[in-house]
This record gives sequence, C-alpha cells and structure tokens, in this order.
Amino acid sequence: MQDTLLEMRSITKTFPGVKALDEVSLKVRTGEIHAICGENGAGKSTLMKVLSGVYPAGTYEGEIHYDGGLAQFRDIADSERSGIIIIHQELALVPLLSIAENLFLGNENAGRGIIDWHETNQRAEGLLRKVGLSDAPTTLVDKLGVGKQQLVEIAKALAKDVRLLILDEPTAALSESDSQTLLDLMLELKAQGMTQIIISHKLNEIRRIADTVTVIRDGQSVSSFDTAGDGITEDRIVRDMVGRSMENRYPARTPKIGERIMKVSDWSVHHPEHANRRVIHGVDFDVRAGEVVGIAGLMGAGRTELAMSIFGRSWGQGISGQVEMRGKPVDVSTVTRAIDNGLAYVTEDRKSLGLILDDTIQRNITLANLGEVSNGVVLNEHAETAVAEKYRTDLAIRTPGVFQKVGNLSGGNQQKVVLSKWLFAGPEVLILDEPTRGIDVGAKYEIYGLINDLAAAGKGVVMISSEMPELLGMCDRIYVMNEGAFVGEMPVAEASQERIMSLIVNH
Amino acid sequence: MTIAEEKLESPEQGRGGVGAYLAANLREYGLLFALIAIMAFFQIVTDGTLLRPINVTNLLLQNSYIVIMALGMLIVIVAGHIDLSVGSVMGFVGALAAVMVVNLGYSIGVTMIASIAVGALIGGAQGYWIAYWKIPSFIVTLAGMLVFRGLSLWLLAGQSVGPFPREFQIIATGFVPDLLPGGAALAELIDVRNLNVLALCTGIVAAVWVVWSGLKQRNRNKSYGIEDEPRAFFVARIAVISLTLVFILYKLSTFRGLPNVLITMGVLTVIYAFLTERTVLGRRIYALGGNEKAAKLSGIKTERLTFLAFVNMGILAAIAGLVFAARLNTATPKAGFALELDVIAAVFIGGASMSGGVGKIVGAVVGAFLMGVLNNGMSIMGIGIDYQQMIKGLVLLAAVIFDVYNKQKG
Repeated sequence: MQDTLLEMRSITKTFPGVKALDEVSLKVRTGEIHAICGENGAGKSTLMKVLSGVYPAGTYEGEIHYDGGLAQFRDIADSERSGIIIIHQELALVPLLSIAENLFLGNENAGRGIIDWHETNQRAEGLLRKVGLSDAPTTLVDKLGVGKQQLVEIAKALAKDVRLLILDEPTAALSESDSQTLLDLMLELKAQGMTQIIISHKLNEIRRIADTVTVIRDGQSVSSFDTAGDGITEDRIVRDMVGRSMENRYPARTPKIGERIMKVSDWSVHHPEHANRRVIHGVDFDVRAGEVVGIAGLMGAGRTELAMSIFGRSWGQGISGQVEMRGKPVDVSTVTRAIDNGLAYVTEDRKSLGLILDDTIQRNITLANLGEVSNGVVLNEHAETAVAEKYRTDLAIRTPGVFQKVGNLSGGNQQKVVLSKWLFAGPEVLILDEPTRGIDVGAKYEIYGLINDLAAAGKGVVMISSEMPELLGMCDRIYVMNEGAFVGEMPVAEASQERIMSLIVNH
Repeated sequence: MTIAEEKLESPEQGRGGVGAYLAANLREYGLLFALIAIMAFFQIVTDGTLLRPINVTNLLLQNSYIVIMALGMLIVIVAGHIDLSVGSVMGFVGALAAVMVVNLGYSIGVTMIASIAVGALIGGAQGYWIAYWKIPSFIVTLAGMLVFRGLSLWLLAGQSVGPFPREFQIIATGFVPDLLPGGAALAELIDVRNLNVLALCTGIVAAVWVVWSGLKQRNRNKSYGIEDEPRAFFVARIAVISLTLVFILYKLSTFRGLPNVLITMGVLTVIYAFLTERTVLGRRIYALGGNEKAAKLSGIKTERLTFLAFVNMGILAAIAGLVFAARLNTATPKAGFALELDVIAAVFIGGASMSGGVGKIVGAVVGAFLMGVLNNGMSIMGIGIDYQQMIKGLVLLAAVIFDVYNKQKG
C-alpha cells in the first residue's frame, strides 16, 4: 500500500475573471484524517469539486495523483468508482424514503431491476451498526434528527466501498453531543484504516481528530503541518486562515447595563402538530438595556422554538404567558405587532427563513420596515437606496453595490444583510439565533463587534448559541435551557463550559 | 467608499462592452425583438395585411381579455401560485351578465357592478382555501375551473344568450369619439380617408412619456453608478418602443380611433405596473413569492396577501368576461374555454418564473401580444388550427427554456 493516497499538485482553477485556486497542493497520507481549513470563499469547496470530478479533468491545471497513478476524473460517478466519496454540507438524503432506500439509492440491491428488499434491509442494518445507529432500516429519513441523518450519509458512503471519505463541514448543523458522536465515529473509521478529509471551521474539532492540517487562504495553500507533537495551537491555524494574528477572538466591551426593557413571564408553548405536547414549560427571563443575554443549551432544547413563539407566534400553538416591554404588557401575537413593539428576531436559518436570495441587498434590507421608505403606499426608491447604502457602510457589507443579489454574497455578508434588515426595523430587543453559524472566523469577529455596538447603543440583545465559548465570550448573563425549560441562570463571571454542561446533564 | 472606486472593483462592469451587456440582458431585449421580428415576418408574408389599420384594431380587441387577465395572473404567479379557473370564471361572469341584461332586464350599470362583485367573490372563495388552508392553488383552481364551467352551463341552460343592447356592446367594440379638432384637415394633408387626432395625440403623449421616464430611470441609475446599458442600446430601445407606440396609434387613428377596450387595457396596465413596481403592496407580493417564510418573519401578512391576489384575479377575470361577452355580443356556454392556458402562457413568455418572485407586468402584456400576433398572423395566412396550436406550444417551451438557460449561464 502506498504511503500517500492522494496528492494534488499545483492545482489552478480559473473562472471567468477570478482565479479560484492558485497552485494549490494537498498531500493526504493513507489512513490519516486530514483537515482542510480556510475562510468561506477561500477555495476549499472548489478544490473538492476538482477532486471529485465536478470540474472534470482538463478544466483545471495541475495533476491529481491518486492511489499511485495519475487520476483524471470525468465526473462524480468516475471518482466514486475509485472510492472517493464526498458528503456535502447540505445533506443529500430523500426525506420521505426509508433509511435503507436512501443507503442504496442509485446503488440498489437489485436483480433485473427488481429490488431485493430482504437483502437491502439486512445490508442496511449492518451498515447502520457500523456507524452506531440503532434505528430500523425502514424508518423514514425525515423522522431522524440532523445528527442521525449525518450518520446515515456516512453509512451510505460505506455502502459504496469508500476509500477516501470527504466530509464538508459535517458538524456545522449538529449539536455538541451529535458532533462528538460523529467525531468519535471518524476516529473509529480511521482505526479501521480509512482515509478521511474533513473540511471544518471548528478549531477544537480539528485539534481533536486531525493528523494533518492544510490551511487554504484566498485560493492558495498557505501551510500544511502535522498536529502531532509540535504542539500546534488554534491560534496558529487562525492566523494562517485570516492572514493576521487574532489575539482576542471576542472584541472587548465595557457593559453599561441600564433598566429592564423586556420581561417574559411564564411562557408556555405547545407543539404545532401535537396540541397536547408542551414544548416550552413556563419560561421566565428578562433583558436589560445594553445587556447581552445568552441562552445556552443543546440542539433541541427548545431555544429556537421559544424565540419564534415570542416573535409573533411564528412557532407552536396553545401559547400562554406574558411579554412586557418597559414594564407594560404588550401584544406580540403577530409578527407585525411584535416588530411594532420593538422586537426583532434574526433567524438561525438565514437562507430559508431570513433572506430572499433572488432579491437585491437593498430590497432585503428594507423589507421589514417598508413604511419608513414610503409614504405608506408608494415606495421612495431614493430613500430606500440611501438606507441600504448606509447599512452597507456601517456594517461593512462587502459587495460591489446594494443592487447585487443577496444569493451571491458569502455567508458572513449575508448575515450582515439580515442584521441590517432588523436594525432598520428599529427594535429595542434583538433575538439573535445562532448569529455566527456557518460564518468564517474573520466575519464572526465582525458580527461580534456589531453585537457589542448594539449593546453600547442601549439595545437589549438575546443571543442563542450552541457554541459555548462564544456565549462565554460575548454575554453578560447566561440562561441555560434544557428540554423546554430554563434550568439555570448565571452572570458570565460565574459561568464556565463545565458549569453549563453540568446543569444540562444533571437536570 | 465612493462610487468611482466601487466601479473599479466590480469585475462585471466596463469589461466586454456591448456584447457582454447584450448577453447578460438577452431576456429583456429578446422579448421585444421577438415581438418585432414576428410582426415583421407576418407583415411580409401576409403582404401587409397584419398592420392594416383594421387588423391592428382587431388585434387589440381580440387580445384585450387575455391582456386584462394576464395582469392578474402575473400577480398570482409572482406570489407563487397559479389560477387555472380564469377561463371558466370569465365565461361564467359573461353568462351572468347576459342573463341579467338580456333575460332579466337589469340596467347595464347594475349588471357591471354585480359582475365585478361576483368576480371578486369567486376569487375570494378560491383564495380563502389557498391562503388560509394552504390547499395548493393548482387543486383549488382546477376545482374552480370545473365548477364555474358547470355553473355557466347551468345558468345559460346550455343555450347562447344574446344579443346585448347596443350600450353594452360598446364596452368592447366602441370607440372613443375624436374630441380634438383638425382631423379632416390633417387627413387631407397626409392623404388618408380619415384621421382621429385624439388617437394620434395619445400615441405621441405615450411616446414622450416613455422617453421621459426612460431618461429619468437612466439618470437615477447613473447617480448610483449602476447604469450599465450602453448609450446606443438605450437610445435604440427607447426609440423602438416610442416609435412603435406612435405607429400603432397612428394606424388606429386612420381607422376608427381609440377603441374603448384599449383605454381600459392601457389604464389597467399602467395601474398594475405602478402597483407592482412602485408600491409597498407590490414589493410585498414579490417578497411573498421569493421566500414566503422569510416574508412572514419580516412582518408581512402572507395569507392576506395571497387572498387578495386571488380576489384581484377574480375581479380582472370578471372585467375580461364583460369585455368578451360584449365583443361576441352573446354569452355561450363555451366562452373562455381553455383560455386560462393562453393567459398563463402569456405570463411565462413574458419572463415570470414558475417558482414565484420574478416577473413583470410589461412582460406579461408583451407576452400576451406576442401570442396574439402569432394567432392573428397565422390565421391570416390560413394556417390550420392544428399547426397553430403546435407552434404556440413550442413558442412557450422555447421561451421558458431560454429563461432557464439564461439563468444557469448567469
């Protein structure tokens, strides 16, 4: 067996007007876990597309040596035949088919076009065991959580005799515990001799599982080093990724906390489809002016559901409880009323819930407050453009102009557009749901800065996040949520990851 | 950052020049060119019959109800839905009007108001299920198509009802009298039989307005540094549009002047173009179609908006029904049969997207006339209905393929 399974030499890929990859090299040893990191837009995905044949041989310069020979893949099917399988960030499972059907999709256990269900389910069970899933192969995929779906994807890859497994930000949508399960599985596969590439933003994961790290920046491979031995630090990776040293990952802020703006009391919510199932159990919390309040918890703790039910009853039914703004009870029963009463909710899923991707930056920014750029009926496009330009400058949205489509922006810039939209709506309290998910390190820092600016301007900020270091770095006070109830509250000075975790697990 | 710097940063601008610009904006020009090319083609192969004043007038009258319904359909499609019932609703309202006027002797005013109210009610009834119960519009309006087809049959008892009194026919076949003086003198001057000065002036005013608003938009874009249309293209585009307007209206003026229907159609088109492009309501409809969930979380009352889109569609279908019945001078159980498909085709040819959020009123109107000219030209040539159908189908397919291809390329 070769020592080096894959070597990509001086890969250059140009699109009209842009050099996406510039002499990038990558060397992956047999049996290792190789991490590729870089900011969004650095060229990681393009590199993987070159490798998997999405961009066929001939459309790029450079050479790919795989398994001791020169590889020239014509398409994905071609690279899959050689055992290179990519699991994309957006899962490619068919939700209304069973696990087993998904596992062998395009690869069915069939004779003369007729599927052998017995063999299918049996083989599926074996594969599921390998990835540590105990669900029945006949379970529909949409009944599974994202974490389990990710494992099904891996099982699907195993069904195809994978030799090089590539995972593109596999834990981006996973909770802490699901991520751990996944990483454990990767280590186990490694122990069985499988070579893996992981693309990730999360430095702690990389440090935990990767043997080698390659950092890509602006389409060039910046550095490549072993994680074993010489004590690489997260700072080194961050520095290589952004091209500058980042001593402090969270910008400093001197809190100036004023009077209480919002108070939520005894908030209970039932599941939208099962009227008898209570999902949120009598939650109380408050936010003060200039304060950043965190809500910690695992995925599925009910944080998003809580936020959305407060924001115009956008989730759930049978909602009870009271919301007070500046001491007065207010009506937040529709989104319009919630906005009018000074609330804003920045959704966790900005692509499907936060933005109209086909629309321009300008039209997205003004959407929640069209009254302000019109006389009530007719729009004033001059005013609209002025508003959009103001936020583009204030939030440093990197774009050639506010008439660009939002869909063409990077994740960080898209998030800034969503924030602009809500800032323009003029809220007193902003609920930010996973505000830095899927955003690269540099853009994260900018978003943190914006949150601090909001607090400094006397707004109340509620920050929901699954990344505990982020909450600890940003918040003044942290609530801990588990299974639909608040199980703890602490000022940040008394908080630690261990304390939050123990509140969750001991509850 | 100043605008000048920004221009330097943007790779799309200033590179490739005219050719690249044309490639990037092929869709908008394509539609206009296609219409002109088709008109030129038929003008030649029909030995000039197509653009005879009487035929131009006919063309407008023939397509008026399609255009009127296309306005509503565009909004429905932009909102992310579809309405298959418009042909039936149009026929039903025509039948209702005929029964009210001819059989029951109601006055024309009462009949028109009642018809439009019934249209709104029908739209509301369908919109209610679609908006508040989330029943797919395809299903609800497919049901509506059958129901109202049946209701027309029942209402007319399977018979044709007509003729209408003269005052009712005027809705569709009447002409605006020439209110301006000097017609006879001008007619003599340019050696035509008669000349309607009002029609000609309308054409000139419309052309001036096109030039003025085009310049205004261009200046606005320039002030934001986003104008990328080469000057030659701008001049050519505006010149073609305004000259066409003058030409068409001139043709009309040498026949019988401005058809009443043209006024109805023109006023409605301007109102709806303004509504969709310049008002808060219009913006919200595009947002709704672009991403319903995001729109809802931005405080837009998506259900009510969907409901209103269908109410509006019902009203326009009713107006179209009145025009159609008045034009035929009789209401038949077959009226409006399969017309919904022409209306939907017009909207898609005009560049609207099946998934919602994209489309323009002007596009839908041009799309409707493109289909209309095809129909009319092929009929003059004596091409059988069999070939006509096939050609229309292929034109629709080609237009949408073109859209999708453009989008993938971009």
